[in-house]
Amino acid sequence: MQRWPVLLFLAWACFLFFSGIGLFTSGFLLMRIELTNRSSCSDPLAAPAWVGQGKAPGACWMAQRFPKAVLLIIDALAFEFARFDPAKERPRPYENKLGFLHHLAGSQPRHARLYRFRADPPTTTMQRIKGITTGSLPTFIDVGSNFATYAIKEDNLLSQLVQNGRRVVFMGDDTWDGLFPQKFFRSYFFPSFNVKDLHTVDDGILQHLYGTVDGGDWDLLIAHFLGVDHCGHKHGPDHPEMAKKLTQMNEMLRSLVDHLGNDTLLLVAGDHGMTETGDHGGDSEKEVNAALFVYSKTPLFGAHLPEEPHTIPQVNLVPTLALLLGVPIPYSSLGEVMAELFSGDGETVSAALTQLSAYHINARQVDRFLRSYSLAAQDLSAVQLRRLRELFSAAVEEYERLLARVREGLPASPELEARMGRLLGRFQHYLRAARAVCMESWARFHPLRMVAGCMLIAASCLLCWVASELAVALDFSYRSYLLFPLLWGLAAAALSGLGQLLTREGPDFVLLSSWSAAASQLGFFWHSWSRRPLRAHLASSQPPAASLGLRQRLVFPMGLLAIRCCAMFSDSFVVAEARVVPFLLASLATLLVGRLLWHGRLLAPEVPKPPLGSAASQKESWQLPWLLAALLACLRLSRLFHQCREEIPHCQPSPFLAPLSSLQSTQAKNLFYLLCVASLAGLVYVVRRWLRHCGNLNSSSPLVLFVRWAFPLVAVCIACYWAVTSGMEGTLGKLQELVQVALVGFPWAVYGLASLGLLLVLWKPMTVFVKDSWVSVRPIVTPYQGAPSSQADLLYVIPQIYRRMQESLKDQLERGRRRATVAAYGLGSVYSATLVVVLTLLAFLLLTLHSERMSLSFLLLFLEAFVLLRLHVCITSLTGDAALFVVPWDAVTAWVLAASQFFYATGHQPVFPAIHWNAAFVGFQQGHSSHLVPALLVGANTFAAHILFAVGCPLLLLWPFVCEAPGSRRRKQKKELLEEEEEEEHVMEMRLQESPERFSAALLHLGLKYLFVLGVQLLACVWAAMILRRHLMVWKVFAPKFLFEALGFVVSSICLLLGIFVVMRVDCAVSTWLRQLQAR
Amino acid sequence: MKDSEIKRLLSAHIFCVFSIILTTVVPSLFLENFSVLGTHLTWLCICSICVTIVNIILYIIFKPNPSSKRISFAHKVTRFLKCCVYFFISCILFHGIIVLYGAPLIESVLETFLFAVLLSTFTTLQCLCMLGPNIQAWIRVFSKNGAMSIWDNSLQITTMCSIVGAWLGAFPIPLDWDRPWQIWPISCSLGATFGYVAGLIIAPLWIYWNRKKLTYKSR
Repeated sequence: MQRWPVLLFLAWACFLFFSGIGLFTSGFLLMRIELTNRSSCSDPLAAPAWVGQGKAPGACWMAQRFPKAVLLIIDALAFEFARFDPAKERPRPYENKLGFLHHLAGSQPRHARLYRFRADPPTTTMQRIKGITTGSLPTFIDVGSNFATYAIKEDNLLSQLVQNGRRVVFMGDDTWDGLFPQKFFRSYFFPSFNVKDLHTVDDGILQHLYGTVDGGDWDLLIAHFLGVDHCGHKHGPDHPEMAKKLTQMNEMLRSLVDHLGNDTLLLVAGDHGMTETGDHGGDSEKEVNAALFVYSKTPLFGAHLPEEPHTIPQVNLVPTLALLLGVPIPYSSLGEVMAELFSGDGETVSAALTQLSAYHINARQVDRFLRSYSLAAQDLSAVQLRRLRELFSAAVEEYERLLARVREGLPASPELEARMGRLLGRFQHYLRAARAVCMESWARFHPLRMVAGCMLIAASCLLCWVASELAVALDFSYRSYLLFPLLWGLAAAALSGLGQLLTREGPDFVLLSSWSAAASQLGFFWHSWSRRPLRAHLASSQPPAASLGLRQRLVFPMGLLAIRCCAMFSDSFVVAEARVVPFLLASLATLLVGRLLWHGRLLAPEVPKPPLGSAASQKESWQLPWLLAALLACLRLSRLFHQCREEIPHCQPSPFLAPLSSLQSTQAKNLFYLLCVASLAGLVYVVRRWLRHCGNLNSSSPLVLFVRWAFPLVAVCIACYWAVTSGMEGTLGKLQELVQVALVGFPWAVYGLASLGLLLVLWKPMTVFVKDSWVSVRPIVTPYQGAPSSQADLLYVIPQIYRRMQESLKDQLERGRRRATVAAYGLGSVYSATLVVVLTLLAFLLLTLHSERMSLSFLLLFLEAFVLLRLHVCITSLTGDAALFVVPWDAVTAWVLAASQFFYATGHQPVFPAIHWNAAFVGFQQGHSSHLVPALLVGANTFAAHILFAVGCPLLLLWPFVCEAPGSRRRKQKKELLEEEEEEEHVMEMRLQESPERFSAALLHLGLKYLFVLGVQLLACVWAAMILRRHLMVWKVFAPKFLFEALGFVVSSICLLLGIFVVMRVDCAVSTWLRQLQAR
Repeated sequence: MKDSEIKRLLSAHIFCVFSIILTTVVPSLFLENFSVLGTHLTWLCICSICVTIVNIILYIIFKPNPSSKRISFAHKVTRFLKCCVYFFISCILFHGIIVLYGAPLIESVLETFLFAVLLSTFTTLQCLCMLGPNIQAWIRVFSKNGAMSIWDNSLQITTMCSIVGAWLGAFPIPLDWDRPWQIWPISCSLGATFGYVAGLIIAPLWIYWNRKKLTYKSR
């Protein structure tokens, strides 16, 4: 049997997928490291000029300009909405509605000004709020943030204000509550979730706004209106409702300005724009163009009035507002101060000096951030950073020279003013360059990479399909399908590596691996195309009988797979996937049974079935409806364990998800604890029962002993662990230390025992009991001397005498030939027994990581897997095509669907807040020193179902063999070695052993099919994320879904390799054993 | 002979289709506030009853599978009672299957059950009318070469169309369109009804199209 080529081929196919995923991810998921550093007033960033002059009270970095500010965020206030063009005769519903802003800007040009406010993509509200408060460019994943909550951990404007004793009052969108928990002095939150609701949030704000403003006990007032955005989502911008909403906003502004004091700065900002359909999230011109309006009752701007409103990036608001309010600029802010707001009403030189000092502080802060960031992460290019640093130091030197000159007290001259202007330009240039560098690496999709990654995954799917077809045909030449493509890939990797070495200094592994993947795929397709004539010849020589049946069996699984893939493109279906997947699986099973009925295979004994007697098929046909009902029941029961997503309004998460310790009533707790222990015991019992049934529990090999003794021990350990964790905190007062030890000790015992078991599997995987009757002339074993004295002795001896006589009689009947018999019990199920042992061990491990009551779900998982396997066997045998070595598509699809179903049924959802973070602390009460262990534990918890089903995937191939020949269960296989000739009777799984070529081809085939089905789902996810990257829900639904699906794929494929590896290890051991047997 | 059979089939089916259309229109004349979506449960009852009555009348008129031997009255009564029991069992079974497929278990039991009744009228009732309470015959009809007359063929088509319609009707439920017909079980029952009507229309056409190919074994 070719073992390594099969594994290598599958590993190569996995690598192709991985590189595709990597390439797509690098283009789609914008990543950034969050720094936890915070600015403070004592940071030595302020210019020496200020140190020298002595600070004004309350000043920090710069003198406070405004004691109070009102920040009104009107969600999705696009620039077109805020602009007023009196010349327009027939304005659209969204145009010319905010007339008050125009009136202010026109009548008081030194007090008010309108800007274009450019948002950075992704233009979703949460990311924008992060941007407006932290001044950085948030991406989808800000590494370092705590995934369990959305709270902002980075330094931000609000925390600076709070840190410096200001009172921040908030009203409006409750997203802020999640982002800034406990930060507000006072807050009025209103639900933002219902997009169809235009008025709740706005009316709520209006109720409190004026009162709060008049009350005066605040320093920064933030009001976040949602009506405009919701109106856009519901009706689109071009709708009378939008006109009403904007008019309402206009009135609100008009009356708000009346309430404002002289020392208050008013900022009206849109967090993003909207497209013509009212959506946002992407990076199109309409989405990123928001409006910013600045107003104060004291003069703010210089006399110079620009023709066209300036365009300023959104992050600029942060340093500006921070310095105006007299607090430090948040540490990671990348914004540039808005110079006009610092000009004040002084004469030119002093105004320019103030501006320069603001710029100087700003530049030093950005430089400090870039230094810290480049220490923490490597994603900014070193060359660019060096260039930036040069710009920075040159500008600072010039600034200090200039400052020295001003201190000397030389009179203002046009030359000095020009120098100041130039320096201002240099600071601006530096800050903009710094922003551009960061933006390039954080805030931009790479469409080329996304498309290329998508194509790579699609090509890998195609490759899996083609290769699986080739594997069936049994002319799989590893030389031309594996070796040559690998060489192609290596060559491409070497070439592109060389190219990267020549052009840039750092190698890009993602690009490297994707080049080599693409080249090796090309190699594969090239070789399979060039061998086509040969294959056509081979195919024509084979009878084409089976192909029709196979083609017909393709329709249902592929159709359902297509439906599942289409469902990935709808956010509602992704949200409801926990219900969709069981529905599809139930439909698939029903369709398969229905097809058997339609073809008359259920109740028509006259149809001949070569491998089985009609009695057996009769039995199976009666089993079939019951199995189907059991499967449906399992599917329905699995819904008991579902977690909720926030998108589903009236959803109650399953009570089983909470740990037992959260239960109040002791009685219920005890009851549930017993139930959990019972299900655990049930799992152990069922597995042991099955192994005994197959005869794999008789031998005294270490693995079998492990199964017999350590399985209950592991179960006891888990039960004890549950007992300790679910106990009350205070009740065990004196034993507290003991409890702490137990909390660590029991999980470690489980980990240790399970890994011991896995090692045993690798060392001696055979679970076969060999009864060697080589020496047939044996004395009767009797410990008694002399005549039997009692009834008991007689009972012991007489059967032995009888058996002895029987044996000698049999010998005579065999014409006196001496024959040696080796009876091997459990040889027929040797592969699946080992796999089941591995699965059980893994299940124990994963059970420990879940909350107690999830053990019921794991029991259900095993039951459903068993039912699916039985169903698969029944359907295969009733369909009656003899291709036992080919696992049909319907079985593989059902298996993959079951894996996704149990992802949900173990209490998971593809969103970050739903991850079970507790799993990281099972057995590690004190926390971790590295990130690897918790990542592994949480990953194992999240993808438990993927792991179990992928490892168990070879069972689909093995099970039909195990279930064969129901009559001769006791004696699994009797291998007879005769002296002269060898006569072997192969049954059950030994038929696999008998034809190693076909066995390895079948394993390859199965693996490729599994990868194909997984890959197609992944492809649909990737596609959805790419096409719908402008969708409202992309960062809430599609991107997390893609991430979970991709990770699930990686976990599944690795575990698939593991499962196939275990089977091959068993096969290795079996063939060695057989060889030894023959040598005797 | 075959053409006349097809005509009879067609007329029967048209009668059925009209009866279903009438159930959506006529009750609003008698009942206030009646609409298929608003008072869905009432419509479900009316539609089930109406289809049942029409089917029985059609069965009495057309006698699709005439048997030669005379049947005693007592036998007829037991047969009728058996049919009723079968129908009830099928309602329960359908209810169970629908719940297993993901319908809510406890809340809206009545809706689910009425939907099961509707599905039974579209499928089981027809089988009972055409084939009688004879499971073997049912299994025979629902296999590839089991149809023995065009009535059997039409039975196959209408039944499958109804069930497929109900199945497809489940797909709009998760969508966030906030339409009144997305509420359980309206989309499914509407799907089943549309499927049934489609089946009634398709069956004669399909049989007419394939009339050359269709050959029936004699019993």
